[in-house]
Amino acid sequence: MITLLVNGQRHELDVEPEAPLLWVLRDELGLTGTKFGCGIAQCGACTVQVDGVAKRTCMLPVSSVVGQQITTIEGLSPNSRHPVQLAWAVEDVPQCGYCQSGQIMAAAAFLKTHPQPTDQDIDKGMTNLCRCGTYPRIRKAIHRAAALTSQKA
Amino acid sequence: MNAPANLAPSRRTLLFAGLSAAGGLTIGLPIAAQASARIHLSDGQDVHPELTAWLVIDPDDTITIRIPHQEMGQGTSTALAMLVAEELNCDWSKVRIEYASANRNQREGGKLYRSMMTAGSSGVRTSVQMMQQAGASARERLRLAAAQQWKVDPTQCSVDKGRCLHLISNRSLRFGELAPAAALIKMDVEPDIKTTDQYTLVGKWTPRLDTLPKVDGSAQFGIDTQVPGMVYAAVVSCPEFGGKLKAVDEAPVKGLRGVIAVVKLDDAVAVVADRYWRAKAALDLLQPEWAPGANATVDSARLDKAYRDALDGPMVTAKSQGDAATALAQPGAKVVEALYEVPYLAHAPMEPLNCTVTLAPERVDVWIGTQSPMDVLKLAAKESGVAPENVYVHNQFLGGGFGRRGKHDELVHAIAVAKVVNKPVKLIWHREQDMRRDRFRPQAAIRFKAVLGADGKPTAMDTRVAVGSLLRSLGLNDVPSGIEPMAVEVLATHAYKVPNNQVGVMLKNAHIPVMFWRSVGASQNTFFLESFIDELAHAAGQDPYQFRRSLLLDRPDYLGVLDTIAKHGNWGDPLPPGRGRGIAIVETYGTVTGQVAEVTVGADGKVTVDRVVAAVDCYHAVNPNTIAQQIEGGVVYGLTAALYGEIQIKDGAPVQANFNTYKLLKMSETPKIEVHMSLSGGKKWGGIGEPSVAPIAPAVCNAIFAATGKRVRRLPLKNIDLRKA
Repeated sequence: MITLLVNGQRHELDVEPEAPLLWVLRDELGLTGTKFGCGIAQCGACTVQVDGVAKRTCMLPVSSVVGQQITTIEGLSPNSRHPVQLAWAVEDVPQCGYCQSGQIMAAAAFLKTHPQPTDQDIDKGMTNLCRCGTYPRIRKAIHRAAALTSQKA
Repeated sequence: MNAPANLAPSRRTLLFAGLSAAGGLTIGLPIAAQASARIHLSDGQDVHPELTAWLVIDPDDTITIRIPHQEMGQGTSTALAMLVAEELNCDWSKVRIEYASANRNQREGGKLYRSMMTAGSSGVRTSVQMMQQAGASARERLRLAAAQQWKVDPTQCSVDKGRCLHLISNRSLRFGELAPAAALIKMDVEPDIKTTDQYTLVGKWTPRLDTLPKVDGSAQFGIDTQVPGMVYAAVVSCPEFGGKLKAVDEAPVKGLRGVIAVVKLDDAVAVVADRYWRAKAALDLLQPEWAPGANATVDSARLDKAYRDALDGPMVTAKSQGDAATALAQPGAKVVEALYEVPYLAHAPMEPLNCTVTLAPERVDVWIGTQSPMDVLKLAAKESGVAPENVYVHNQFLGGGFGRRGKHDELVHAIAVAKVVNKPVKLIWHREQDMRRDRFRPQAAIRFKAVLGADGKPTAMDTRVAVGSLLRSLGLNDVPSGIEPMAVEVLATHAYKVPNNQVGVMLKNAHIPVMFWRSVGASQNTFFLESFIDELAHAAGQDPYQFRRSLLLDRPDYLGVLDTIAKHGNWGDPLPPGRGRGIAIVETYGTVTGQVAEVTVGADGKVTVDRVVAAVDCYHAVNPNTIAQQIEGGVVYGLTAALYGEIQIKDGAPVQANFNTYKLLKMSETPKIEVHMSLSGGKKWGGIGEPSVAPIAPAVCNAIFAATGKRVRRLPLKNIDLRKA
């Protein structure tokens, strides 16, 4: 049995230690907000936070995150009101939307280490792929989320 | 199944603090205060009776608009709902959307919601009148129902913001109160739709209806489908197109946890398991033996030569105006000639192809993201043997389409597997399968010859293009004429004034399947034509913007776009060495769009696109918000192809299979993109999902020429040496 802490809940799971966290989240726990994109940790659609740090989960063995706090898009905020989600909505970022859970989880983690990011910081820190090309709006939304967060603080 | 009743609960009003433009804090910015924006399938089992086939109005005034096109990110569901809501005079905050039912459409002879196809940037431009009429007809029925109830002359009744009014007696009734009676109203003549000056919603920047579920992870894509008792399938096809499965030793996966079956298909093998990762891990352990087909030795070098050689062979005349051959043969004619080439390209939607199917003797259900639910319905019927009217397509949000989700090879696999295992099956193409088994944008080669007159303007042009036929490859049409519109679009349809103009085409298919790829023929043909027009401008010693202008004087829509991008793109302002500006324009999908690109070419040859200024004339704007999104996104999609896009062929098979070798543009490589509208109005409504993909490659390559003097005639740019000599 593997014990996982996901969105504040403890789960005892009968899965192989090498099972990728992505598929355990999706198929065992039904948390389908985290997406499969490439399977080789290139695109970031599968990004979640592990102890607050953005991790790509399609190649991440579930055994490597035992005891750590895993946060998925479903657990990012109680009412979808995390500053990053609010900023994403105000800027109307998503097009197809498929990569956006991963983008939002990456951005939320990025803002913890870069509370007032420059465009260069964003270029360096945000490497998830988006085929619809929402990058210009993601950039705006990150700046907006940073402003929202600093005004709350 | 997905009746609105169990879908409505996630209705939320999102009121929150946002920043004003000035940077100050404003509280309570009401954004996206709509009812749940999830798209759901209508299967005719609504709790509340419909007002028309397009609309359900609940007693609490919630309005459900049925969308006959598919949402793959292009915003068509919001735009089409706006067109209905505009005519309905309803309260926009009460609007929710669901997909129109393909099954019902089939049962009603395909006439109700028509083709339901979403391709060719067609959502608004082909359905605008249908949607407007749906809204106007519902509004009129509500008004007549109110008049009946009040027993007054209908001319005394008006409709405003979701209420019918009788101003004389100061009475009003909500839509929700009137809907059941309105549904019974019969009318001999349907009402007129509004004129554009009466619009209050259409044309306004409007938040998308599908944003909220896409920021909280609740949006359902095909891959998210959960069906009781379902099993998972992973599949790998023969690398070479045309090869077959010869044998596969199942021993490596026998007895592995969760593995249910190995299913042998004609040219593929699938593993079925109780979880997807177990199916995929088991599949990776198999070593299928493939029987080579006829093309096992084909590679890109051979294909390159074949397409180039075809340019010297016979051509079918797609356009013939004046006498280009004679003009070109004139002694002393100033002839400019160039050969351009592009490779195969993959669609690479972020959500790889997948579907979930349940087979019963008299019923098939398919959960999928498709651009064409009617084609899914027919394909599922054919593959399962169940009558089309008993196939239910539960379309979900599409995780990108770009043309690929119009042909469902994965559905064929899923039904074949489901027949063997006799259980509901979710089949997912992993990324490598999705990319290797894509149906690609075709490889192409083209040769232009043009004669410049004394004033520098082209007096004659001869165009010869060799490219694969999409229709033949898809098995849709033999194209007996040898002329396929997609092969010569832009080349044969551009508005440049050239008195002698000859366009020849040779449809030439290799064994690699080809298909519609966002902006289709315009994607490569705009690169070709707009690069060559640039060559002509330089050969004539003229400014590329003014040169284009001088050939388009009778087209105010083109001129409006050109002037807008030149002005906002600082055309003519000096740039430091190593930097350049390029311009390109195209008319496609009923829309004129142009771009000025500003690039930097480093001493090491590295190309950075710094800024793109785009303008669009789609004649009417439904939602400027989603128009801007489509321009921004199209630029990124087209720039990805220009810089990196290439599917090479080796041993008859695609080489690139994932994002490590088929690179997508990243945030750090995305230029600043400015979008301007230059709307002419009038009778036409242009498309918006695709046009902006087309001009970016030539705008960038023309900018590279301005910066370096090097002309790029073959994409992608990653293969071109732009280092300083």
